[in-house]
Amino acid sequence: MKQVPQKDAPLKLNESGTWIREDVSYEVNEPDAYALEEALRQREKHKGEVVVITSGPARAQQVLREALAKGADRAIHLEDDKFVGLDAFNTAKAIAAAIKDEQFDLIFTGLQSDDYGYAQTGVILAELLGWPHATIIMQIEKNETGIRVKRELEAGFFQFVDMPTPAVLTIQSGINKLRYATLIGIKQAKNKPLRKVSLAEVQSALGENLQKIEKLYIPQKTKKTEHIEGAPAEIAKKLVDKLRNELRVL
Amino acid sequence: MADTILVVVEQREGKLNRVSWETITAGQAIAAATGWTLEAAVVGSGAASIAAEVAGKKVAKVYAIESAKLEPYTPDAFAAALKQFLTSKQPKLVLMPHTYQVRDFVPKLATAMGRTVISDCIGFKHEGGKLVFTRQMFQGKLAADVSFTSGAPWFVTFQNGSFRGDKAEAGASTAPVETVSVDIADGVIRNKPQEVFKEAKQAVDLTQAEVIVAVGRGIKEQKNIEIAKQLADALGGDLAASRPICDSGWLPMDRQIGSSGQTVAPKLYLALGISGAIQHIVGMKGSRAIIAVNKDSEAPIFEIADYAIVGNLFDIVPPLIEEVKKAKG
Repeated sequence: MKQVPQKDAPLKLNESGTWIREDVSYEVNEPDAYALEEALRQREKHKGEVVVITSGPARAQQVLREALAKGADRAIHLEDDKFVGLDAFNTAKAIAAAIKDEQFDLIFTGLQSDDYGYAQTGVILAELLGWPHATIIMQIEKNETGIRVKRELEAGFFQFVDMPTPAVLTIQSGINKLRYATLIGIKQAKNKPLRKVSLAEVQSALGENLQKIEKLYIPQKTKKTEHIEGAPAEIAKKLVDKLRNELRVL
Repeated sequence: MADTILVVVEQREGKLNRVSWETITAGQAIAAATGWTLEAAVVGSGAASIAAEVAGKKVAKVYAIESAKLEPYTPDAFAAALKQFLTSKQPKLVLMPHTYQVRDFVPKLATAMGRTVISDCIGFKHEGGKLVFTRQMFQGKLAADVSFTSGAPWFVTFQNGSFRGDKAEAGASTAPVETVSVDIADGVIRNKPQEVFKEAKQAVDLTQAEVIVAVGRGIKEQKNIEIAKQLADALGGDLAASRPICDSGWLPMDRQIGSSGQTVAPKLYLALGISGAIQHIVGMKGSRAIIAVNKDSEAPIFEIADYAIVGNLFDIVPPLIEEVKKAKG
């Protein structure tokens, strides 16, 4: 799971223009919330254990606390400010190193993050682990040989895929209905195990980033936008004038 | 020897995915800027007929990469086939459209080669001999120019609609097509895909709608959808939504606009409380006119809007319904 800036948080560029300033509000990456929910539902059906992992500064622990409150059994936090600057390849390497002694059957990620939006970390992790993967998943059923998953394709098409476990699945938003943490859950979360992994512990698994953000900036507008201002009634009148005389839809 | 750009076009069930022409246009533009050679490749069983179609465009050569094991599509087979091919050809730059299929295999392919993908790009810049790729960040609120710091091949995927497919230049003569057979060992393919299917027929076809009123998170509650419905009715249009609204079950999935829903191009697209995430925008940016109402003046939807109204939709929409009704008499 990943912590990302809140959806409507105003973003400011840092001085070097390569990343945003840290002083914004954060929230859990929405697709990852669906991935967690699916893991909890699978555990409710098949028993077992749900472990949540994130990489990021101390603030990212909030994501793990919320996940534990919703019902995850334990958490792993790759904690260092520097994890924010890793590319997807290095992030996946860090995660792979942090879980090398674990025995997971399934790893879920959200299908992409709301900040970078690369849609790659889960698939890279699968390749590093040597596991099969499937992306943009809308349903997961256990079968005799492993699992049957429903992949979302484009333009309203779907496909079932049978695959062995262990496997990595990237989860589509909307696969399930998210639960809220209960008061009891929040209380219990305080006593659940949270393992911290430092950058030093995984450093030997990492390499140089393979890609670099040269410049981050506010996108140039390509379209001329006309702002319509005034009191609501005034705006309504102006808009209807546009609809009739410029757009000719009335 | 000049460096080579390779465009991997996408085929599904023996047909070229039209978005591939956009990637060819992108490849031609980068070739013109850098002086590099442009080639193309098709992967899959029966790739030859698609390769012939691509060979009509201005490209130096087209490869048809074939193996019976490439049908049906699996990420294992596609990554194995392309790794073999790319390792022998050593192109500098590999371009693909950012489709769901490419997203499924290209991070695996790049990782298997110790390389990286700059994904979902919307353009490129070639300045002072340096090639950078532009992509949206933070759901389109910011943009980034990203460069490769690793060796070739460099993998880049382009977002749907970033280049004009109909601008792909035809070649002076047909490019040569070379069929390449790849060897995919037994046991490489672990996934067993079943038939592709469409969920219960879509009841609503929004692709033909002339006016669409679409709602996003800003609508706040399911019961508020009623005012958007009233506006759509007054305008004689259809009601649509961004993904979160359909995920919440407030409107059925067949009213969803965007990469996982329908792609529309009405005369008027009226976006109410839609922030404009990339996944939504790709489904509606072809609209003739876009009016956006959002309380966040920095919402990315305003980047593509013709008319912007920064304000609370619950203040704006009721008088608008009245004015539209009046105008219609």
